[in-house]
Amino acid sequence: MINRSFLVVTGLLVLAFVLSIALGAVTIPPGNALQILLSKLTGAELSGSWPEYFETILWEIRLPHTILVALTGAALAGSGAAFQGLFRNPLADPYLIGVASGAGLGAIAVMSFPQVGRYLIPMGAFLGALGTIYAVYALAKVGRIVPLTTLILAGVAIGSFTSAMTSFLMLVSDQMVLQAMSFLLGGSTVSGWEPLKIAFPYLLSGMTLLILSGHSLNVLQFGEEQAQQLGLSVEKIKILIIVAASLTTAAAVSFSGVIGFIGLVVPHVIRMVWGGDYKKLIPLSILGGGFTLLVSDLAARIVMAPRTLPVGIVTALIGAPFFLWILRRAKREVFW
Amino acid sequence: MKSDNQKYSVLDIRSLSATYGEVKALTNVSLSVRRGEILGLIGPNGAGKSTLIRVLSGILKASAGDVLLNKQNITSYSPAERARVLAVVPQARQLGGAFSVEQAVLLGRTAYLGFLGKPGKLDLEKTYWAMDQTSISHLADRKLAEISGGEQQRVLLARALAQDTPVLLLDEPTTHLDLRYQASLLTTLKSLVEQENLTVLMAMHDLNQVSSTADRVALLVDGSVYSIGNPEDVLTPDNIKATYHTEVESIKHPRSGKSLILPLM
Repeated sequence: MINRSFLVVTGLLVLAFVLSIALGAVTIPPGNALQILLSKLTGAELSGSWPEYFETILWEIRLPHTILVALTGAALAGSGAAFQGLFRNPLADPYLIGVASGAGLGAIAVMSFPQVGRYLIPMGAFLGALGTIYAVYALAKVGRIVPLTTLILAGVAIGSFTSAMTSFLMLVSDQMVLQAMSFLLGGSTVSGWEPLKIAFPYLLSGMTLLILSGHSLNVLQFGEEQAQQLGLSVEKIKILIIVAASLTTAAAVSFSGVIGFIGLVVPHVIRMVWGGDYKKLIPLSILGGGFTLLVSDLAARIVMAPRTLPVGIVTALIGAPFFLWILRRAKREVFW
Repeated sequence: MKSDNQKYSVLDIRSLSATYGEVKALTNVSLSVRRGEILGLIGPNGAGKSTLIRVLSGILKASAGDVLLNKQNITSYSPAERARVLAVVPQARQLGGAFSVEQAVLLGRTAYLGFLGKPGKLDLEKTYWAMDQTSISHLADRKLAEISGGEQQRVLLARALAQDTPVLLLDEPTTHLDLRYQASLLTTLKSLVEQENLTVLMAMHDLNQVSSTADRVALLVDGSVYSIGNPEDVLTPDNIKATYHTEVESIKHPRSGKSLILPLM
């Protein structure tokens, strides 16, 4: 497993991580940033000659934010890769089966009751995502099996429905429109260590399951019939992968908002460079997703500093043209 | 099944019916495939050949009747259990092009691998053996998208062989192949059947290939068995006319002595 592809992507991720904790409205020299980080982690005496607020910015704001962004990108790209494998469609991503919109609706629904408290937002997103999966699955089911074509159609329909519900909720409760707008554009709604603590178990378990599903996804690339004939319990595996990918997506959406295109672009680039073996593709997408969203987030923070753009705007500006480029390419040659 | 152990039915299909929604695809089909034989499955398009293979491999559920695989009801097998007894060679089309030939053949071991799919020594041995038997070892590192249709069909046969099952189902394996690949695939298959004592059910289009390859032939029409038996008894001009609605003449192959079916045009 350990080979050049992993070294390259991990290296990029580490680089982006260091830049992300160092750069922003206030620039902390990367060397200082690393020193502060090391001393905080090891509990050693600080011996640097930097202003004290560097430590506060780094430890209380930048580091949790950076970790959350990296995990969000990792989650979106990992679940995107899994959905693409499951649907055998290079254009699939968490948005395709409506899971992201469902999670968004759940989150917004919680936001429209300010008295409930923002830390219940993730619960809302989870319920929204799970409700979406359930509805999509029930709609898409034909007899005992779930053909992927009906699954995608049901996903698009339910996704449109949940988006409409979200818009409706935003319109009727006008005091939360700004917060919700920022959320839907992919702006983090919460900061500090708290969201990480809540999200981490879900992200970790979801992504671990996705990584372990690589072999099953490989078998599924020959179609559901052949996969079943080869001995895979296709229906069970599909549910497992859908649940893992959806929970991962919901955890990411609930803390970082609705960020598009990461789940589409990252697995695609990884596939073009290192091939379509899902045992490698999933973990590489997870690492690459962390890197890509960190870079996008850095751009969002720096371009109009001290103002911060919602990172979803940056990913859409880069991702949408990429999406069109894939479409053009897919018309010309079959590389799937 | 009673006394002659050599000839017992590995696959026993009893009064099997299957439907696609409202459409009847198989009606009251009964036939058995004996150990070590190649049973050729023929019939016009839509006769139910592929449907029968789909039911036997657990893809489609029967609406009535039973299928016994090694005397045990097919529905009592889990997908992995069944895949250790029965392998399917589908028609080559739209293979996952991103995989190498070796990776694809190794996936034949899915039923033996754990969830993580980490192959052991035996899995690799079976994979290399299967590639060797089907003469594709030299293609091991080539991507599926880069090889010819005939080579892809060999990969699918190799994958089924790597599955290491006593029973093979083949769905028109020669349909997309040119004459050379058709002949060599069938020759390979026939020698493997003898060497490994495999039991084979093979849906086929070409009546002359059936005649030269199969030990027995089942002729399906409209989802029912029209005739079953030795090739020369089933492949008669009368039977063919009644099922394919085509006038044919049957002559003997000058070398093998097997029946040759010639359409009269």
